[in-house]
Amino acid sequence: MAHSTESVPLVRAMYHDDDVLISAVKQIRAAGFKISEVYTPFPVHGLDKAMGLKESRIAVAAFMYGLFGLTVAVTLTWYMMVSDWPQNIGGKPNINWAMNMPAFVPILFEMTVFFAAHLMVWTYLVINGLYPGADAKNPDPRTTDDYFMVELPAAEGLIEALQKSGAVEIAEA
Amino acid sequence: MHYESTERKPLILGDKSYHQITEDVVRPIETAAPRAWWVAFSIALVMFLWGVGSLAYTVATGIGVWGLNKTVGWAWDITNFVWWVGIGHAGTLISAVLLLFRQRWRMAINRSAEAMTIFSVIQAGLFPLFHMGRVWLAYWVFPIPNQYGSLWVNFNSPLLWDVFAISTYLTVSVVFWYVGLIPDFAMVRDRAINPVQKHIYKILSFGWGGKAKAWQRFEEVSLVLAGLATPLVLSVHTIVSMDFATSVIPGWHTTIFPPYFVAGAIFSGFAMVQTLLLIVRKVFKMEDYITIQHIEMMNIVIMVTGSIVGVAYITELFIAWYSGVEYEQYAFLNRATGPYWWAYWSMMTCNVFSPQLMWSKKLRTNLVFTFMISIVVNIGMWFERFVIIVTSLHRDYLPSSWSMFSPSFVEVGIFVGTIGFFFTLFLLYARTFPVIAQAELKTILKTSGEVQKKLHNDHGAQH
Repeated sequence: MAHSTESVPLVRAMYHDDDVLISAVKQIRAAGFKISEVYTPFPVHGLDKAMGLKESRIAVAAFMYGLFGLTVAVTLTWYMMVSDWPQNIGGKPNINWAMNMPAFVPILFEMTVFFAAHLMVWTYLVINGLYPGADAKNPDPRTTDDYFMVELPAAEGLIEALQKSGAVEIAEA
Repeated sequence: MHYESTERKPLILGDKSYHQITEDVVRPIETAAPRAWWVAFSIALVMFLWGVGSLAYTVATGIGVWGLNKTVGWAWDITNFVWWVGIGHAGTLISAVLLLFRQRWRMAINRSAEAMTIFSVIQAGLFPLFHMGRVWLAYWVFPIPNQYGSLWVNFNSPLLWDVFAISTYLTVSVVFWYVGLIPDFAMVRDRAINPVQKHIYKILSFGWGGKAKAWQRFEEVSLVLAGLATPLVLSVHTIVSMDFATSVIPGWHTTIFPPYFVAGAIFSGFAMVQTLLLIVRKVFKMEDYITIQHIEMMNIVIMVTGSIVGVAYITELFIAWYSGVEYEQYAFLNRATGPYWWAYWSMMTCNVFSPQLMWSKKLRTNLVFTFMISIVVNIGMWFERFVIIVTSLHRDYLPSSWSMFSPSFVEVGIFVGTIGFFFTLFLLYARTFPVIAQAELKTILKTSGEVQKKLHNDHGAQH
């Protein structure tokens, strides 16, 4: 079914209120129609659940990136301070990494945060297809102001269902 | 479904709709700059250029043109560095800590506070950079292989921790800020009529479309970034304080420094946010969004952190006496009664006494008074750093090397230049960026808007 959606014309319904949108999404899905996308000017709480979206796993990715950053920091401090050129600084010789670890805590922490934050944001930009100069992904400019758009493949009885759900404007693309 | 206790005062005043919020936030971008903006911008630019000149002179001649001497090796520049970094703390505190605590009043002020953070950390970075003397070798602070048989940087040194802390803080603050800006830039893009403006905001908005999945990820990313930024912001000034605390200088070598510096940083940062936002709300007519209640909340934070700072000062004095260490005792006696007594008592008056006036509700909801206190607090916090740095150094263990410090015109020029640079950036930001996180603000309109709240309460009373 997924490969055939290209040929199916899209229907775009506009809503003017976030509460109406949520109940509309629930109604439309309960009536058996498939929603392909919803565009909103701000994060509407509960919309992802109403649409049946899976939970985002980006926090798990951030945790992994943080562990990676910590590993990099451990490797860096071990190699530079203990392995490659150990020095006796302030009467505290760098004999092994574990004994010197307390002095490296700030570095370990900062690099963990650095890697977790930056790699997570890069991931976020990539999976959302966001980059400088990308074309606007919303078909109607009013959806960044105060309109909410539901986009779904045309089907029999859909227009009536949308009208009943409180759409203020319905257009076929 | 949108409900908030009637005990809570509305955060958005007047009869606003989603569209009205858009209009109000975008107005400074779409309309011509007011005359006052041009006047302020010109002054800031002249100050900035003076700073550029002073820096050029420093680099060309060497830091001998500063007022430093062999006893006082850190003074004006490090004072300014710590002062600017401290100011930078409020932005992340507002956007990250208050997000974790679900404080909705942060939404009207977080964008500007974060902008202030980024701009002030940029100023802060300039001072250690140029203090190095040979600024073209500044990259030596990074752990990169080199031709000296790979002699690495010293990871045991707090000064190097500082490099990592400040650069992590600056870059993470920038991405945190920008992630929030993307949807708002998209709003400006979608409204723009002028093709050049439209194109610029198209580039800035990264093609944002407000898809449901994107918003879901947006919220998760914001939450995780807030979780990361909260310990980060506390670590930055902790590490700055360790530059001093790990030394053996009396007056510096104290374990109270990390919490004391962090409280002072939040204190001065909120004061700077007040200074800037009181102007922004007036000039751009944002009084309905940045309400008296917001100002009062920030004043309470100033009062609490100011009191923490006061307790820290007194604890320091007590511990100096209680330690029985002669040098430590003298360091504090010299601060209060020595040749720099005026700096010490300026600090005490501005930081300990003045925020206590905020106990009065009448005073802390008074805009003119708040503005004055916000300036006084920042003067006081500048003196705090000056007192800690200069009075601890100028009379060391050997009386024959005691000396005084006074800044040269070059150092003053650099400091004035950073103030100019800061305001140049902030003024440009205020005219081209959405100064309120409008997408976020729209999520609380139904719960915290004045009219919406009233409607809900009246409706609820009928049942």
